[in-house]
Amino acid sequence: MTSTTALPAGLAPPQAKPFKHSADFTPRYWLFSLPAVLVILGVIVFPWIFTLYMSAHDWKIGGGPEFVGLQNFAELFKDARFIESMGHTAYFTILAVVLPILFGTAAALVFHREFPFRGLLRTIFVMPMMATPVAVALVWTMMFHPQLGVLNYLLSLVGIGPQNWVYDPNTVIPTLILVEVWHWTPLVMLIVLGGLAGLPREPYESALIDGANAWHMFRHITLPLVWPFIMVAIVIRTIDALKAFDTIFVITQGGPGTASETLNIFLYLQAFQFYKIGYASAVVVIFFVIIIMLSLLLLYARQKSKWNA
Amino acid sequence: MKRLASKIGFALSVFVLVSPAVLVFLWMLSLSFKNELDNTAFPPVFIPDPPTLKNYLDVFEKNNFALYLWNSILVTGGAVLIGLAVGVPAGYGIARGKSAKFAVLILIARMTPALSYLIPLFLLFQITGLVGTITALVITHLVITIPIIVWIMIGYFENVPMELEDAARIDGATTWQAFRHVALPLARPGIVVGGILAFIFSWNNFIFSVVLGGKNSRTLPSAVYNSLTFEQISWGPLAAAALLVTLPVLFLTVLAQRQIVAGLSAGGLKDG
Repeated sequence: MTSTTALPAGLAPPQAKPFKHSADFTPRYWLFSLPAVLVILGVIVFPWIFTLYMSAHDWKIGGGPEFVGLQNFAELFKDARFIESMGHTAYFTILAVVLPILFGTAAALVFHREFPFRGLLRTIFVMPMMATPVAVALVWTMMFHPQLGVLNYLLSLVGIGPQNWVYDPNTVIPTLILVEVWHWTPLVMLIVLGGLAGLPREPYESALIDGANAWHMFRHITLPLVWPFIMVAIVIRTIDALKAFDTIFVITQGGPGTASETLNIFLYLQAFQFYKIGYASAVVVIFFVIIIMLSLLLLYARQKSKWNA
Repeated sequence: MKRLASKIGFALSVFVLVSPAVLVFLWMLSLSFKNELDNTAFPPVFIPDPPTLKNYLDVFEKNNFALYLWNSILVTGGAVLIGLAVGVPAGYGIARGKSAKFAVLILIARMTPALSYLIPLFLLFQITGLVGTITALVITHLVITIPIIVWIMIGYFENVPMELEDAARIDGATTWQAFRHVALPLARPGIVVGGILAFIFSWNNFIFSVVLGGKNSRTLPSAVYNSLTFEQISWGPLAAAALLVTLPVLFLTVLAQRQIVAGLSAGGLKDG
């Protein structure tokens, strides 16, 4: 791992401390982490290793494991349904990152200003990301109903014809993205708002004297300064969008047909519907590799953006 | 004139930002207080007239809602308490011992999809006969609570000045006493933030209970999905149940808004 910049400041290589004693005690601090290490070995590290082991076996629940080497992976890449689910995941992830980033940044600029009832309105705005995804997904399902749903009624008020939402293979993923945007734009807003809160005043004052307009100030002062925060939001959003499961599962279960079957749903069905443990574990391994690679890439991008900022 | 226009434009943008959240939650509320006839009317009826409590009574009478509520409290409560007991000292150990490798492990654990832990844990619980028990769910929920608590505590302990503990140790305190009596009280806000966020994420978790929960050990989110969706498709009780499931979390959000925002932006920052 080369991502030391991502760590909290104190995790960087130790610097000379003004007081000697703290260094003398350092070796004993691992004792504090020991209970957590044991639990993490059991519930997190063991599953990782065991998944790797299973991915090399043909294993169905009820039967025993049979070593097959890399055959599960070879089969996966010949499995049209798997390839299709990768495509769905890419489609879903790109839009479920880009849109919340745009809306969330805009929202942060709005909530950064002082206005009446700001605290209350911000709380309301943040609520979607806290709400239980399953509960919210059930309500969305009712709202998407083609005949009785409230969304089609609201659209009819502004003269737009009824949509099939999640019941049409062509609109199902955009509709699920709508739910995802609703759910997670607040998180982006909070992260960017944190960035805006720390902005210095001076550049704006001198820009005003120079006669810069609002757009110029945003483009040349605000954006470069909050860019590291936006990068963090992009990293988090990307990982969360890849992980998206609850709402998709509750609203469509991958349907209609397999039109909204993402990697995550595919994985769930292979493991707990078809009980193909080895095959599903191979999917987890691929998933894991994708997530690690993407995070490294994004961390790298963030580091670069930091140097430029 | 221009001032006024920009003020109206700003108010409009606030309205546009807030209305999707308001729409969904109000619609949930409206569905839960309407009778079945109004719920399936088109054009939709917006304001329940007269409002009925029948949906809520249905949730408690026709379903084991109280049992599932209790399960959720046990699972989330257990996972948060164990998570704090184990995670707070770990956060201290990592922050003071500067164990960067362990911190990276925690970070990867936070990024890994919950679903990927499920297959091995499912097999493990099958072998030990724990599938369908509350214990299995508490153990699995540690996957959620420990990383978030450790991660947030690292940040808080790093902001506690080392000098105070050094001073305590010069006076003869052991490392444990310096932690217990100096660092821990100072990091209390972090414990609150970590506890609240761990509670919310654990309470909201769905997939663990879908796979590992038995008919009598399900937590609320999967119970609402399983029993209510399939045994009755009427919208009123479903909306009432959905609202009840998410109500504790929404309450907590409103009550502890400041701490949650602080925790998420701190935790979020460190997430990168």
